[in-house]
Amino acid sequence: MATLREIRRRITGIRNTQKITKAMQMVAASKLRRAQGAIVSTRPYARKMGELLSHLVTKVDPALHPLLASREVENVLLIVVTADRGLCGPFNSNLIKAAAQHLVALRAGQLEGTTGPLLLTVGKKGADHFRKQGSRIYAKHVGIFIDLDFSHARTIVNEIERGYLAREFDKVEVIYNEFKSVIQQRIVIEQLLPIPPEELKGPRDLHALAQVEHIYEPSSGEIIDALVPRHLNFQMWRILLESNAAEQGARMTAMDNASENAKELIRDLTLKFNNARQAAITKELLEIVSGANALRRAG
Amino acid sequence: MAEKLFRLEIVTPKKVVFSGDVTSFTAPGVVGGFQVLKSHAPLLSNIAIGEVKIIDAADAESRYATSGGFVEVHDNKVVMLAETAERSDQIDVTRAEAARDRARGRLAEKAAGTDVERARLALHRAINRLKVAGRG
Repeated sequence: MATLREIRRRITGIRNTQKITKAMQMVAASKLRRAQGAIVSTRPYARKMGELLSHLVTKVDPALHPLLASREVENVLLIVVTADRGLCGPFNSNLIKAAAQHLVALRAGQLEGTTGPLLLTVGKKGADHFRKQGSRIYAKHVGIFIDLDFSHARTIVNEIERGYLAREFDKVEVIYNEFKSVIQQRIVIEQLLPIPPEELKGPRDLHALAQVEHIYEPSSGEIIDALVPRHLNFQMWRILLESNAAEQGARMTAMDNASENAKELIRDLTLKFNNARQAAITKELLEIVSGANALRRAG
Repeated sequence: MAEKLFRLEIVTPKKVVFSGDVTSFTAPGVVGGFQVLKSHAPLLSNIAIGEVKIIDAADAESRYATSGGFVEVHDNKVVMLAETAERSDQIDVTRAEAARDRARGRLAEKAAGTDVERARLALHRAINRLKVAGRG
C-alpha cells in the first residue's frame, strides 16, 4: 500500500498538471474566439468576390484560362494543413491519417511511370510526420499559425500557382480540418486547382450584375486574369482560418477533458489518502490502547 | 450636399475597412487613376498598388494605401475589393520600412531561387505604404 507521503506527492503533481491544462484551455478559448471572429469577418469579401467571379466567368471561355481549364492529370500536389503544436486531441493524428490514406488512393490512381504525388505541408506536425515517412515534399510552411496573416496565404498560393503553370503538377488538392463547432472538426478534401467549375457558379439568382453593361477597365479578360489568383489567395486564407479555429476548438476540448480527468484523479487519490490516514490513526490508537492494557495487567 | 452622395464600401478579407456615404472616390486603376462621382456609369476595373482617396459627406478627405484589387461601380454604389487597404494614419511605418529593406536586400543579392517578381512587388507595396503614410 502506498504511503501517505507518496499519495500526497501524487496529488500535488496532478494538481500542478491540472493548473497547466486549465490555463491552456483558457488560452485556447480566447484564441478560438478571435479565430471565429476572423472567419466571420471574411464573409463580406467572400460574397463580393463570388459575385464578381461568377459574373466574369460568363464572359470568358474557362477552357482557355490556364487556372480554370482541367488537363490530363499526371501528378497531384496535396496540401496538408496541420497544426504547429500538439496537445489538441486527435486533431493532427486524424488529419495525418486521412492524408496518408488519400495519398495511397492518389498513388493508385496515377498513371504508370509517374513520380507519385507531391506534398506541401502547412504546420509543423504534418511536416515532421511526412518527412519521416520520406514523402516527396514540395514545400513546407512551419510556424505561420502563431501570427496568421493574409500574406501567408498569398505566399502559399504563389508557390502552387508557379508550380502548376510550370506543369510540375496538374492538380492541387488540399486536406484540412474544417471548423464545425467547438467540439467538432470535419476533415475535408477540396480541389484548389484547376478551379472547379461549380465554385464559379455563385449564387443562383445571378443578380443585377449580369444585366448591366459595364465598362471594363482594362478588359473583362484582364480583370479575370487578376481576379482568379486573388480568388485562390482568398480560398487559401479561408482554409487557414478554418484550420486555425478547428485547432483551437480541439485544444480547448482536449484540455477540458484533461482538467476533468485530473479532477477525478485528485478525488480518488484524496479518498485513498484519507483512508490511509484513518487506517494509520486507528492502528496507532490500537497500539496505544493495547500497550496501556498490557501495562495495567502487568501492574 | 446630399444630392452628391453615393455609397462606398471598401472590403478586405480581414474586415470591412470603410462603409459609408462619400462624395468622391479616387482609385489607382491599372490603366491610370480615375475618380468616381455620383451617377458614374457602371464600371469594373482592376486596381494597382497605390493610393485611394475618398471625400466623405463631411467634406473630409482620407487616404488609404492598397495593394491592388477591384472596383465595381453600379447604381451609385461603389464596392472596392482589396487584399489590403490601410488608412494613412493606421499604417505601421516600422513594419513597412522593414518590408522595404527586406525586399531591397533580396533584390540586391540576386541569389538563386529569389523570386524577383515577388520581391519587386513586395518592394512596391512597402514603398506605397510609406508614401501614403508620409503625407498623412
